[in-house]
Amino acid sequence: MKKPKKMTMTLPAEEYVGSGNLACQGCGANLALRYVLKALGLRTILCIPACCWAVIDGAFPHSCVSVPIFHCAFETAASSATGVKAGLEMIGDHETTVVAWAGDGGTFDIGLQALSGAAERNDNIIYVCYDNEAYMNTGIQRSSATPYGAWTTTTPVKFFKDQPKKDIDAIMAAHSIPYQATASIAFPEDLIKKMKKARDIKGTRFFHIYAPCPTGWKSRPEDAVKLARMVVQNGIFPLYEVEHGEKYTLNIKVKDKKPIDDYFKLQGRFRHLKPEHLQAIQAEVDRQWARLLKKCEQS
Amino acid sequence: MKKVIMGNHALSYGAMLARSEVIAAYPITPQTQVVELLSEMCADGTLHAKFIKVESEHSAMAACIGASLAGARTFTATSSQGLALMHEMLHWASGGRHPVVMGNINRSMAPGWSIWTDQNDSLSQRDTGWMQFYCASNQEVLDTTIQAFKVSEALYIPSMVILDAFALSHTYEVVDVPDQAVVDRFLPKFKPYARVTPDEPHAFNGLTGPENYFELRYKLQKDMERGPALIEETGLEFERLFGRRLRLVDDYLCNDAEIILVTSGTAGYTARVAVDQMRKAGLKVGNLRMRVFRPFPFDACRRILPKAKKIAVVDRNISYGHHGMFAQEVKSALYQHAGHPPVFSFIAGLGGRDITPGTFREVVDYTKAHETPEDNILWIGVKK
Repeated sequence: MKKPKKMTMTLPAEEYVGSGNLACQGCGANLALRYVLKALGLRTILCIPACCWAVIDGAFPHSCVSVPIFHCAFETAASSATGVKAGLEMIGDHETTVVAWAGDGGTFDIGLQALSGAAERNDNIIYVCYDNEAYMNTGIQRSSATPYGAWTTTTPVKFFKDQPKKDIDAIMAAHSIPYQATASIAFPEDLIKKMKKARDIKGTRFFHIYAPCPTGWKSRPEDAVKLARMVVQNGIFPLYEVEHGEKYTLNIKVKDKKPIDDYFKLQGRFRHLKPEHLQAIQAEVDRQWARLLKKCEQS
Repeated sequence: MKKVIMGNHALSYGAMLARSEVIAAYPITPQTQVVELLSEMCADGTLHAKFIKVESEHSAMAACIGASLAGARTFTATSSQGLALMHEMLHWASGGRHPVVMGNINRSMAPGWSIWTDQNDSLSQRDTGWMQFYCASNQEVLDTTIQAFKVSEALYIPSMVILDAFALSHTYEVVDVPDQAVVDRFLPKFKPYARVTPDEPHAFNGLTGPENYFELRYKLQKDMERGPALIEETGLEFERLFGRRLRLVDDYLCNDAEIILVTSGTAGYTARVAVDQMRKAGLKVGNLRMRVFRPFPFDACRRILPKAKKIAVVDRNISYGHHGMFAQEVKSALYQHAGHPPVFSFIAGLGGRDITPGTFREVVDYTKAHETPEDNILWIGVKK
């Protein structure tokens, strides 16, 4: 007789993000913080600028998170975290991990200067960008993280976004920070493993977490994790880490890279795209994928 | 110990003696020597502090706020364009009740580019919820810096210590630099009632609905209103230890004055020289130098100014479409005082044009010759 297979819990059981918070159904950002805190634990301070999480956490006097939060100005996630870390050091707390927790608008756009400053100084913080590819909190306006072809309220179908997504990971690699990684909410074990690794490194650490937004992407809430998995498997958002801006490692090896079409079909924001658009996007994804593999091989 | 130092270094010594723990700053002329000296002090161990060399003034204030929330005493310094870039964060500092102390060197706002003094940079920030101290000597800069920490930390309201570009920032004067041990007695370690720590997790500055926000602002104003008395008390306590007293206003020969010149910054000391000269010529003139602009010293103004026949406010600033900002404030302070003397609003010295004793003689000549001002603004020395 065959032995019954035992299910094993591959994630830490502790929960630091409470239920009943203000996230939309299927919110990727909600899962992202849940996994990040499972990795970092209670000796963590979050600096949250204007972004979805400024609301998700709940209005005063409520908070759904078990760790302290400093809600800070939109463009100051990095500089606020730097300040908190310096203050803690001066009063003798050398243990607490200070995390800047910002959306893509607060990272790719308005907060980029402060982030670059902190990275250049190698300030001892973890900066996490949960990327839902537009200004979702203000109602789905395009950011420089919005991908080519996407509809948003400021890139209407007739004038959909015709610039590619800004390559924030390359920008951060150019700062030669000790550690950076991409992650996806569909791969929590990978995310937690890398976050734990990052916790024990000193200096500026940067995470770029893919966090689907059903509300803004016009997708079904139950497809959020699926989309976050597909985007890795089709090579649009590969999961990798970079050490000191040089050593690239692919964390999730994709044996047979899937075509991008199914991923696009599940999202209303891409509904207007014609086959020739998708072909062009596929060609660009293939090109970037080959580039990344080369970097991984060379390092 | 007596030292001959520039105004900017008086700020640095003030921040050092206050044992600032986190300094975040960005360079701008004419502030640079403030942070240059502080970075040297941090490097050679004279001052045990973290010096964060940020990439902008906006980040400087953001980092100071973060450090203050973590429980550290924080200091920064800036000027003009840098202060304007910080504007958003000034609201965050006061609204979050962080007792950050900042030196601001009064420099005119561009365009055209100017590095010379006027007060439009700091006075443009008057409604941000910061206390503002205007200094007239290097000694006053140092003493005010130390006292500003004490008052700020008692009220949880940030302070700006303000000095004129070049006229004070780069001018060398003899300054009595007090002993660290005595300063320590005057200003113990900063121990905030709340701070961000995993030991006692709180969410700070979260979304605040109409049912709570109003009260936060009411409390800020109520604490600001405690300011004038506290600044006077702190000045007395400082005097007991150091022998020098700083008050809300510095009044000079106002008791029997027919005309009181209302001034601020270094122009205040120039006015004093002019007053001495005019007194010798038999003119009954006095000078009220406004040291504190926020919280506004209503009581001092109401006590001192109505004794005069006429009041001449000399502003090195302008609120476009209105008039000089100190003049506005003086008028509003006197409005409810029945039969108050007429207030003449003079504007002089914008963009660093010199204000000399002659400027004040011109002001007094005009004021003496007119029952009431002929215009909302009386311009001194402008090429029309």
